Amino acid sequence: MHMIENGNVAAAIGVKLAGAQVIAAYPITPQTPLTEKLSEFIEAGEMKAQHIPVESEHSALAACIAASSTGARAFTATSANGLLYMHEQVHWAAGARLPIVMCVVNRAVGAPWNIWNDHQDSISQRDTGWIQMYCCDHQQIIDSVLKAFAIAEAVSIPVMVCYDGYLLSHTYMPFEVPEEQQVARFLKPFRPAYALDPENPANLNTVTLPDTRVDINGDMAHGYMEIRYLLQEDLRATLAVAQQTEDSFKQIFGRGGDALLEPYRCDDAEYIVVGLGSLTYQLHDVVETLRSEGHKIGVMGIRLYRPFPAEALVQAVRQARGVFVIEKAVSYGYEGALFSDVKAALFESAQSGDPVPFVKGMVAGIGGREIRTADLTDTLRAAVTGSPRDAGDDPGWIGLRL
Amino acid sequence: MGTRGYRYKTSHSLSGPGDGGKTGSWRVQRPIIDLERCTPARRGSEACFICWLYCPDNVISRTIPPTIDYEYCKGCGICAEECPTKAITMVDEADVVANDEDPAACSTEGPRPCT
Amino acid sequence: MTPKTTILTLPKEELVHPGSRACTGCGLSIAYRIGLKALGPDTILVVPPSCLTVLQGLFPVATTKLPCLNVTFASTAAAATGVMEALKAQGREHIKVVAWAGDGGTSDIGIQALSGAAERGDDFLFMCYDNEGYMNTGVQRSGTTPQGAITTNTPFKGKLQQKKDVPAIMAAHGIDYVATASAAYPLDLYDKIKKALTLKGTKYIHIHTPCPPGWGFEPRYSVKVGRSAIETGYYDLYEVEQGVFRLTGASEKLVEKQQLVPVREYLQSQARFKLLSEEQIAQIQSQIDTKWAGYYQAG
Repeated sequence: MHMIENGNVAAAIGVKLAGAQVIAAYPITPQTPLTEKLSEFIEAGEMKAQHIPVESEHSALAACIAASSTGARAFTATSANGLLYMHEQVHWAAGARLPIVMCVVNRAVGAPWNIWNDHQDSISQRDTGWIQMYCCDHQQIIDSVLKAFAIAEAVSIPVMVCYDGYLLSHTYMPFEVPEEQQVARFLKPFRPAYALDPENPANLNTVTLPDTRVDINGDMAHGYMEIRYLLQEDLRATLAVAQQTEDSFKQIFGRGGDALLEPYRCDDAEYIVVGLGSLTYQLHDVVETLRSEGHKIGVMGIRLYRPFPAEALVQAVRQARGVFVIEKAVSYGYEGALFSDVKAALFESAQSGDPVPFVKGMVAGIGGREIRTADLTDTLRAAVTGSPRDAGDDPGWIGLRL
Repeated sequence: MGTRGYRYKTSHSLSGPGDGGKTGSWRVQRPIIDLERCTPARRGSEACFICWLYCPDNVISRTIPPTIDYEYCKGCGICAEECPTKAITMVDEADVVANDEDPAACSTEGPRPCT
Repeated sequence: MTPKTTILTLPKEELVHPGSRACTGCGLSIAYRIGLKALGPDTILVVPPSCLTVLQGLFPVATTKLPCLNVTFASTAAAATGVMEALKAQGREHIKVVAWAGDGGTSDIGIQALSGAAERGDDFLFMCYDNEGYMNTGVQRSGTTPQGAITTNTPFKGKLQQKKDVPAIMAAHGIDYVATASAAYPLDLYDKIKKALTLKGTKYIHIHTPCPPGWGFEPRYSVKVGRSAIETGYYDLYEVEQGVFRLTGASEKLVEKQQLVPVREYLQSQARFKLLSEEQIAQIQSQIDTKWAGYYQAG
């Protein structure tokens, strides 16, 4: 079924199709219409889920953690300061290995208050052990929600599905709504490895010592370090699981292909622009303009940011002369997080002596500052024709008006 | 399954005694029950059991007579304080050990009050 | 009228193992052990960081025989709601959800989530064990630390503020069942839990649990100190059922006797009150006398 709706509704329909059983969310702009739509579905009887109108985001994720630990498929959504408020729970969900799915409708973080789009909220959570998917349009939003539950439950790691506040959440686009029978083939009912049960009691996530310790059966149990190592190991393995899930999705729904990267005109590109989210689709127009001027430039969208697809990215960009990373977040005190990640990935190759592209970082759209296609075009034109290596330490902040 | 099954990837604890070790080693004094004064012991029937009720560590058995698991008894003295017939006295652990009684012996030999 | 439970009718099954890391003579240990008998095995516990976390064991050994979810400090009630809703979604509603939090996890850092759950009327039992301080982290003051008590962050002046009246706050939410209990009266606690479990919606029980190291008394006096709190009228055993207040058990008997033990006996049994001046003790006595005058009049 084809539909024209906004990104929040696309996400809500995705959650409905996925059969989430417990939904706990607190309203925050620009996520609010997503949770409102879910309330409508539930109260109209279209969706059989327990809805908890929690009194804060910290409680929202707490309720999801508890519900997931009890064996129910759990979902929440938030933005910006709401995500930050639940930050301790974000770490907790990953360490507890719970397959919770959360939509993050990307928005700038305070202080000062700002309700418009940038990626500081989700990027600031990149160390927590969650899987992070970034969507570029509404089709990707609804599809990613389904894929998120499948991946999360396959690897027992929570997943953040990120999409741009206002730019995607509130704009209207056509998209295909997956058929229920097809969804049933793609996403099976949740079968947790363990669910709280008086028949099979266990004490979950209590104080865990630095060292290993013998359990009641006399076997040596892991210490905290081993438990965390296994999270890391499973996260790295998720790169393959994400691709398997993508393949399965494509087979059933007929769309998709690459779980990790979304290239546009990169095959012969001398310069590649790397980014996350809807910005990468906006860059397609920039690429068309610059190509018409004779510059061989392409866009590499990163679909899966955590675990970071270092190997795939290096393979995809190593032939280029230069890589430009444009991002909507900063690791304050240093540089853009994605910029650092891309450079680190290429560093390994550089060590082997092979030529690697130069990498230049740029920041745009902070606090929802409009990213004008003309500005992007001018900046990149100057970058490919000028001397990018003279850029200096700080990445250019496109559109800054000091 | 090795060390990568669910239970090994998470902090998932199963129940058993002695998380704090043999907490009997915490004791400075141990409770001794005088069966002449203990109500259920004297009557030979269900009665009192106040010591069983109030023991924070679940080391007094609800039996006739009540017995104390010295492997885990922390020697708090609540049982001695609350016993309505003053049947329980707290005796220095050092004295018990000095009198050649192995502190763990009472529990390994099965339910039997130490006198 | 359900007959009161006696020691001899109390279930014999133990749901907690010996050898826990709880302090010698811990009041919580008594309340928890007897409380679990009232809950029974068809229960899922939710516990935030607190003395109980440690009592229940460090990974991989669990002292408790019940399934338990350890959660972050502020989230106990929200987590209890999450467990409960998941059980509903799965058709496993016969399983009871019971949160056990300390006074910090209930009345300070935990109060937002608790208030939210009570406002929603979420169906679980919330038990606060009140040892009147952040005892697990070494005796810091909490909202329920009584006025005048010495703690590590009120070391030379004692706490200046009054004890936060959490049961009253919970009653103000209009939930159907609020009760106070004491580790010194475990049978009363048992019956209150049993009653609470027959009711739907959010239920709250506040348990006074004496703490030997935190309050400054010999472990053997844990029950005695707890009893003294009741007999001096300092702490009261009561229920608020559908908004109707009623003293229970030993506190109810004091209305008949109209003779409270002077509060000095309770205060002087604990080192934490040694900074109280005669004026302050008289003031506390006066507050108690006023409160009880009201009880005598109502009774």
